Amino acid sequence: MLIADLRTAVRDHLDGDTTAWLDRALAEAATTPHWEADFAAAARHCRRGQHPELADATRILLLHAARPDMPTLTRLYSHGTAAERRAVLLALAHIEDVGPDALPLVEDALRTNDTRLVAAAVGPYAARHLDAHGWRQAVLKCLFTGVPLDAVAEWPARARGDAELARMLTDYARERTAAGRDVPADLTRVLAHTTPEEP
Amino acid sequence: MRIFDPHIHMTSRTTDDYEAMYAAGVRALVEPSFWLGQPRTSPASFYDYFDALLGWEPFRAAQHGIAHHCTLALNPKEANDPRCLPVLDELPRYLVKDGVVAVGEIGYDAMTPAEDTALAAQLQLAADHGLPALVHTPHRDKAAGLARTLDVVHESALPTDRVLLDHLNETTVRAATDSGCWLGFSIYPDTKMDPDRMVRVLREYATEKHRILVNSAADWGRSDPLKTRHVGEAMLAAGFTDDDVDQVLWRNPAAFYGLSGRLDLDVEDTTPGATHKGNSILRGAPVTTATTEGR
Repeated sequence: MLIADLRTAVRDHLDGDTTAWLDRALAEAATTPHWEADFAAAARHCRRGQHPELADATRILLLHAARPDMPTLTRLYSHGTAAERRAVLLALAHIEDVGPDALPLVEDALRTNDTRLVAAAVGPYAARHLDAHGWRQAVLKCLFTGVPLDAVAEWPARARGDAELARMLTDYARERTAAGRDVPADLTRVLAHTTPEEP
Repeated sequence: MRIFDPHIHMTSRTTDDYEAMYAAGVRALVEPSFWLGQPRTSPASFYDYFDALLGWEPFRAAQHGIAHHCTLALNPKEANDPRCLPVLDELPRYLVKDGVVAVGEIGYDAMTPAEDTALAAQLQLAADHGLPALVHTPHRDKAAGLARTLDVVHESALPTDRVLLDHLNETTVRAATDSGCWLGFSIYPDTKMDPDRMVRVLREYATEKHRILVNSAADWGRSDPLKTRHVGEAMLAAGFTDDDVDQVLWRNPAAFYGLSGRLDLDVEDTTPGATHKGNSILRGAPVTTATTEGR
């Protein structure tokens, strides 16, 4: 989703006072360090309960406007609440020139058991930068924790022809069957994609 | 019966407790930061703990349908260890977080000069950050401890109507009431208060019922996360109305922590994929179905 569209979608949900807060915060994000306080306080201005994703979207807009450098991004993540960390991960797809330097943040999130962080970690940035082993482990973790396959960006392209991923999935399916448990439907979906295409 | 436990240390409780609490009517709680059951030796240990109170523990609570907020502070016991004092300098970056609804628990443990300093400094931090304060009253030498606590509160920038005095009992409730602070009572199986004594206090202080809070303060010790429910039942058995119970067990804690402007009692749906499916804003779907789609 384009940032301009995201901004329109967020504004559609906000009342007048909150829109004024957002406009002020975004303007400051481009020019002053004060925006970090707004980044922390986003949910109490854009009530997260009514629209859980509103605070995420607002924080992504702030990150996009502020264009923090890598040390700042790392600090925002490591000093962040789970919600702030999720926003940093989701914003990686919208921040140019990060390169592979943000990978430690993705890897940190993939070590957690907070499925909201795991789902945010497997977006387009992970599809582009995670190495083969890390990406396979991420897919398997999603299947383990119930994060839907559709949260994994570009999975059909990355899974295609991946024989090692096929082996890991087959072993996991066998383990589930041996325990008398269902094999997740998402496992069958991704496994089907690992078969090399016919020449 | 809807219950808001305004003081419970969930980090030391199991998922069975979360299930039992939900079944008993608990829909919201506040987890004050405290020690780990044994003394910490470095500030970094606090930061991982604070991060958990703003990350993993709210996620765990939401999985069980319970809204989780926290209060953060350097606790009185560990304020006496100079190795832990740098926490005071890092607290400001935590006190701006959305999930933080008060500074706490602060107060006295052994009533030392180091505790004086930490209490005064953290009351000032609460005033600076627009937060109320949860003040623990000491278990030993309680009446004298309360008097000394009130001296420091009165000298601070924080008005008494933004201070919750906790762990009160029959010997301290009068002085606490006269102070103008909010009144907190912890209900324990053996120590502190029990449900029947709590009901007697509620009867005697009926005119103060708009500022009385009851909590389980459950932790690793012999404690019970359902003690709030037991108080509600004891109140009904003693002739209090459903509205009285709702006021003490829900509206009062919501009002006190609501002073922060950060209390959000809606529980986020943590079913794996719920956020993803319901992420209509992030995915550009029509906005009208956003809140129901993933639920």
